[in-house]
Amino acid sequence: MIERHLAIDSAVSLPKNELDAVLSDLRQHGYQTVGPRLKDEGLVYAGIETLDDLPRGVISEQAAGTFRLVQAGQERYFDIIPGGQSWKQFLFPPRVTLFTARKNGHWRIESDGEPAPRYALIGVRACELAAIEIQDRAFMRADYCDPIYSARHRNLFIVAVNCLQPAGTCFCVSMGTGPRAERGYDLCLTELDDVFLVEIGSELGRSLLAKRSFEPASAFLQNAANQGLEQAAQQMGRRLDTSDLPDLLTKNLEAERWEQVGKRCLSCANCTLVCPTCFCWDTTDHTDLLGKITRRERVWDSCFNPSYSYVAGGNTRQAIRSRYRQWLTHKLGTWKEQYGTPGCVGCGRCITWCPAGIDLTEEIAALREEVKA
Amino acid sequence: MTTTAIHSAAHRAAHPERLLEPDWAEITAITPETEDISTFWLRFDGAAVQERYRYQPGQFNMLYLPGYGEAAISISSDPHNPQRLVGHTIRFVGNVTRAISRLKAGDRLGMRGPFGVPWPMHAIEGKDVVIASGGIGLAPLRPAIYHILHNRERYSKVILVYGARTPRDLLYSNEYDSWRKADIDVQITVDRADETWSGRVGVVPMWFYHFRVDPRKTALLTCGPEIMIRFVVFEALARRIPTDQIYVSLERNMKCGQGACGHCQLGPYFICKDGPVFPFSALERYFNVEEF
Amino acid sequence: MSDSIKPSVAVYKFSSCDGCQLSLLNLEDDLLDLAGAVDIAYFLEATRAVKPGPYEVAMVEGSVTTPHEAERIRQIRSEARFLIALGTCATAGGIQALRNFGNADELARMVYPHPEYLEYLDKSTAIAEHVKVDLEIWGCPVNKHLVLECTAALLQKRKPNLPQYTLCMECKLRGTTCVTVAQGMPCLGPAVQAGCGAICPANGRGCYGCFGPVAYANTESLTTTLRALDRYAGETALLLRNISGYAPAFRKAAETLFSAEVTSHKDPQ
Repeated sequence: MIERHLAIDSAVSLPKNELDAVLSDLRQHGYQTVGPRLKDEGLVYAGIETLDDLPRGVISEQAAGTFRLVQAGQERYFDIIPGGQSWKQFLFPPRVTLFTARKNGHWRIESDGEPAPRYALIGVRACELAAIEIQDRAFMRADYCDPIYSARHRNLFIVAVNCLQPAGTCFCVSMGTGPRAERGYDLCLTELDDVFLVEIGSELGRSLLAKRSFEPASAFLQNAANQGLEQAAQQMGRRLDTSDLPDLLTKNLEAERWEQVGKRCLSCANCTLVCPTCFCWDTTDHTDLLGKITRRERVWDSCFNPSYSYVAGGNTRQAIRSRYRQWLTHKLGTWKEQYGTPGCVGCGRCITWCPAGIDLTEEIAALREEVKA
Repeated sequence: MTTTAIHSAAHRAAHPERLLEPDWAEITAITPETEDISTFWLRFDGAAVQERYRYQPGQFNMLYLPGYGEAAISISSDPHNPQRLVGHTIRFVGNVTRAISRLKAGDRLGMRGPFGVPWPMHAIEGKDVVIASGGIGLAPLRPAIYHILHNRERYSKVILVYGARTPRDLLYSNEYDSWRKADIDVQITVDRADETWSGRVGVVPMWFYHFRVDPRKTALLTCGPEIMIRFVVFEALARRIPTDQIYVSLERNMKCGQGACGHCQLGPYFICKDGPVFPFSALERYFNVEEF
Repeated sequence: MSDSIKPSVAVYKFSSCDGCQLSLLNLEDDLLDLAGAVDIAYFLEATRAVKPGPYEVAMVEGSVTTPHEAERIRQIRSEARFLIALGTCATAGGIQALRNFGNADELARMVYPHPEYLEYLDKSTAIAEHVKVDLEIWGCPVNKHLVLECTAALLQKRKPNLPQYTLCMECKLRGTTCVTVAQGMPCLGPAVQAGCGAICPANGRGCYGCFGPVAYANTESLTTTLRALDRYAGETALLLRNISGYAPAFRKAAETLFSAEVTSHKDPQ
């Protein structure tokens, strides 16, 4: 009877343990359910079966160059702000075979005939939804549609989670991407003490929820969720003034600040690999000893790797300074000209996971100061 | 630009679900050009691909040899070539091109393309055309020269300034006379002469000191070593050729050809998709920034 | 392919633990393929059958530590068209290069009852310090897959796919959480050449750099980060002075740290 009232864009109150049944139904529909799990003192995205697999009661303390798991004393499942992995690994795999070529007289190509996996992503933050949208623009353009990415994207089911406990390196408010998930999900959870407030974003989401025992979302619950989100928006660990981007970057390519950050930067590529929007890739051929079989593989690449900007005669960006400048100028500058949006969602991963603790919000502020002076 | 997109899309439509999968092409002939440069003439296997494949002056292909990888190679042949042969003038400097140098007529290569924005052959009609190039930079300009030969009446004065390190490094030297016959002013210069050389000695940008250009009606097409391009552009600007009438073909680390893998970026541009040919007005902001 | 046109390969041992040669023997099924593709002409660890030189390829394991070895490597070079330094002893002097930081005679007296019977050089050095090396394969031990890849590349006349980026790339590609950021563990990864597959961080410990420094290693910045995590005085400097400790980038970085330490001892605040 209640089901009749269940519509896309409506919200219900769901007892927490009912989510287990949703996960189980998703698997029945052929999805692999993946979500946040604790591993090696970090948080990774991996297969989950039930709520018990989630890092209940744990939060992450994050600062430039540090990430620590902390017992929060609360019993919530989704309070933890993610670690160094992002969902991009499921759409844009770190390594994937493109094809195999065999030489028997002439070369013949065998394509990988495997169907794209079906992933249900559980616990996607607003900034991460924004990141997927940004990667969509790079991988699913009108004039270039990446077959691997798009096939995986078509197969996605997304359970978003509204952020109530931002971490020290978060600045989604500055980038306009969070903390509330606005679109791009099938279901969206706001985790309150006793229940999930669930918003419905798609027909499949609606039909899965319809089978569960839920209550209409009371005004009190909705209010509690809204208040939590407002509070979260006030608690951002970082701020980024975007008012003069991208010009601040593209007009100050010779600033002294690039030298300074170039001295700190390790060119280790961590920032680009943890970044949920960085999309660069390379290809490598793997052969057998005699070169009769070649497997062509696509691998994540980074503008910090020297081979990235190699041309006959050498690397066009020899200095680490030039590579950092390329990254930041692209991320917060020229990305906009390419795709109509900055390449940053304010998730803070590049700050947390930089071993040297380089903080792009600090770099932008310093560049602005230098230009003003 | 629009036509380019259509041409590139033609290739993608052939293999929409197969990333980076090439079509195969046979090497029909190899023309040695210099000690370390040869032109490889390729023809796609299968009439359907041959029929579909069209290119414009200034575009490039990705040539693939399994195990060695892909290399971006400019097309150096005449787009109107009736035999559907696609010429690639290749210098053997890298991993892939050295492997290609060991191939023989009858061998096959993978080929994807054509990619990139071509020379603006229509936009510059009616103008004096100065083509300034050095070394292997003449390769992507030769299709433009052929286009002019086919349509000579559409252009006013046409001047080719071409330089190489030594007389033995000059490309296509047996064609200069036929170009001259078609009223192209061919000016050849070398950095270092040898006993056979009675022509001009000096670098390409020096040409501007010997001839007078009319900036109101001149278009410049240039491709060659980056240092040469810099000085050519410098001289052209000094003679007040407008920045949107100076066209530069750039080289970067082209890998996918589709503006997807990120390697060939220069500022907001993916050189493989938004270039390699750019009006200098689009590059001005980034051109003199070191290591950008 | 008949034996006559298979390239001949000779494998030599210098001062080393034999671990890299064992990596070759550990190739298992691939070893059969390898034996089919090349003519293993000299490999005492595998077979006593020896064919005379010259050889197409010489693979040299170990560092040069004695006058005899210094002589022998020249001989080997003169008999090989292509010489590969195999493993970090051969590319940087190895763990035995730790003695380069002290006085060899003193150390010999401490270790051996009759050091007068020993003949040794002052320093344990990389093969490239003695003869021209065509290819270096780092690692302690080498990654056998990279050795196969290099052999395949030689056979096919192409550039081998040796990663040119940092170890961090490999951690991220396999999804390992950074041990430095998440656990405050010292790790040389950001300055180290990838190639091992990032085994140590995946097993909960920091990288100690056995694949050597990456070409563009920013050791100055890395040591700043790591020193803040030192669990005892000088930990970062000692981490640098490990298997690849005599590689120039690590050698310099450690020297800087040690001299800073000495200065700070002399000048207590």
